[in-house]
Amino acid sequence: MSPGHYLALSAVLFTIGGLGVLVRRNAIVLFMCVELMLNATNLAFVTFARMHGNLDGQIIAFFVMVVAAAEVVVGLAILMTIFRTRRSSSVDDANLLKY
Amino acid sequence: MSSTRQVGAVLARGASDIPSPHIEYGQIAPLLVVLGVATLGVLVEAFVARKHRYLVQVPLAFAGLIAAFVWTIWLGFHDKPFHVAAEGALGVDQPTLFLQGTILVLAVLALLLIAERRASSFTAQASALPGSEAEQETAAAGITQTEVFPLLMFAVGGMVMFPAASDLLTMFVALEVMSLPLYLLCGLARRRRLLSQEAAVKYFLLGAFSSAFFLYGTALLYGYAGSVRLSAIGAALGRNVGSETLLLGGVALLSVGLLFKLGAVPFHMWKPDVYQGAPTPITALMASCVVVAATGGILRVYYVALENLRWDWRPALWGVAILTMIGGAVVAITQTDIKRMLAYSSIAHAGFLLTGVVATSPDGLSGTLFYLAAYGFASIGAFAVITMVRDAGGEAGHLSRWAGLGRRSPLLAGVFAFFLLAFAGIPLTSGFTGKFAVFKAAVEGGATPLVVVGVLSSAVAAFFYVRVIVVMFFSEPEADGPTVVAAPATATAVALGLAATVVLGVLPQPVLDMAGHAATQMFVR
Repeated sequence: MSPGHYLALSAVLFTIGGLGVLVRRNAIVLFMCVELMLNATNLAFVTFARMHGNLDGQIIAFFVMVVAAAEVVVGLAILMTIFRTRRSSSVDDANLLKY
Repeated sequence: MSSTRQVGAVLARGASDIPSPHIEYGQIAPLLVVLGVATLGVLVEAFVARKHRYLVQVPLAFAGLIAAFVWTIWLGFHDKPFHVAAEGALGVDQPTLFLQGTILVLAVLALLLIAERRASSFTAQASALPGSEAEQETAAAGITQTEVFPLLMFAVGGMVMFPAASDLLTMFVALEVMSLPLYLLCGLARRRRLLSQEAAVKYFLLGAFSSAFFLYGTALLYGYAGSVRLSAIGAALGRNVGSETLLLGGVALLSVGLLFKLGAVPFHMWKPDVYQGAPTPITALMASCVVVAATGGILRVYYVALENLRWDWRPALWGVAILTMIGGAVVAITQTDIKRMLAYSSIAHAGFLLTGVVATSPDGLSGTLFYLAAYGFASIGAFAVITMVRDAGGEAGHLSRWAGLGRRSPLLAGVFAFFLLAFAGIPLTSGFTGKFAVFKAAVEGGATPLVVVGVLSSAVAAFFYVRVIVVMFFSEPEADGPTVVAAPATATAVALGLAATVVLGVLPQPVLDMAGHAATQMFVR
């Protein structure tokens, strides 16, 4: 397989994640879609590292994983508090702030 | 057996071959001090008894910010810095030091608001359900959590790092170090906790979404240039090698991530909701420090990495700037909540800042630097005033509640009116000098139509600022109107913001010279 295939796969995964954020309603699913986008980015980084023959992209992939893990911690804490208050994790229900 | 020995030999040889990284600790000390104090703050939370924590955290945070600021000033004046530190990860140059100094001073003012005890804006216990017994018990016991201070210091650390980051990976890490604590801080309001939690969720989901765009843009630029170093991307552009698709796609996605943090139209939708729902001291922090950091990052990326591409990105940024100025100013007219109105005003100001970025010249850079300082002080002052006008349910957010405030407390209403005039850009306030500087640079850079739109939208914006002044001074006060709570720390923040706004308006030359001097060499590559 040529690196182009991996890049195409990464673009497809990124698009699926982006569309998921736009169309899904559950905050947890939204968040999973963001994680999918980050993983698509990792695939792109590793593929480009292979194409350029340097290790930068692989190192960056590790950084992205660490940041994504930190984001999960903060994100789930925020989603937990609002779920306990509202008994719902639908983003359509959080509609007090508008206009 | 032999293979194990070979691996051992490789490891032994590898260890001596790998050069140890050279870190210029003195050059990046401000950042290290801020992050170090943040870590110490976490330890204080863990080991100091609850009743002493506040007394330890507040001086610690102040000392950290002031020490970092003094060190930044020393770096700026002492050894004319123009180089990259920490193996090329962080740029140390005059514009960066100016931005970092601005962020640190504004963070001190925001810390004054956050540390306010007499009318605290922060919840006693974030994990207690709103309206539950646990919440009432903690409130009755007078318990105050102090986790806001380490969170603030981490966020400030990210902000100080963001404009200095001279590769895209460092910039991404700085973006997250800045954003993650802010997501949490947004959800910690004492009153109207549902709104606050909603603001945190919205900010978090949209912020994570935009970070993913930033990161994919980074990946594509890495694919284009083979490096995430800004100077290497700039050099690859000069050689014109690599795929144009990767380059343009990468620049577009990276710009989405950066413009989201600045809150430029069409990536502004989070800003009114988050500014309204967040505790007001945190809104003040976001409206000043985050705007400075985000603009600094945008300036560095566009001026260092993408300078050779400016004929491609300038039209796009023109469009964004026009949309941002008009969109922010027009939608602000219809707002009835004062924090939401200032959020839209902040969007309009992001457009004015982009006008300075589009100029792509030392004048544009110095104008933007001055504008950031001027706008930061005025917005911290304005939000500090908002925390002082309170009624039974906390801050009096609705504009109608501000009716007749000028009769009841003329001093406070006068100060607020002055900040609003500074936002509008009336002469003898800092806003006028800032707008004049960026517009002049934009005209010289050939962006006259942009300046025309800027002046027109300033006129539209002046309408809703003046409307608030009219409501405060020329309408009858309500019988059960809000009272003014003049707590000492908040009053100090207002006074400092006011002093800076007056000085930058009446005697702007020293700071203009400083910004001009900082901008002569532009950013280090």
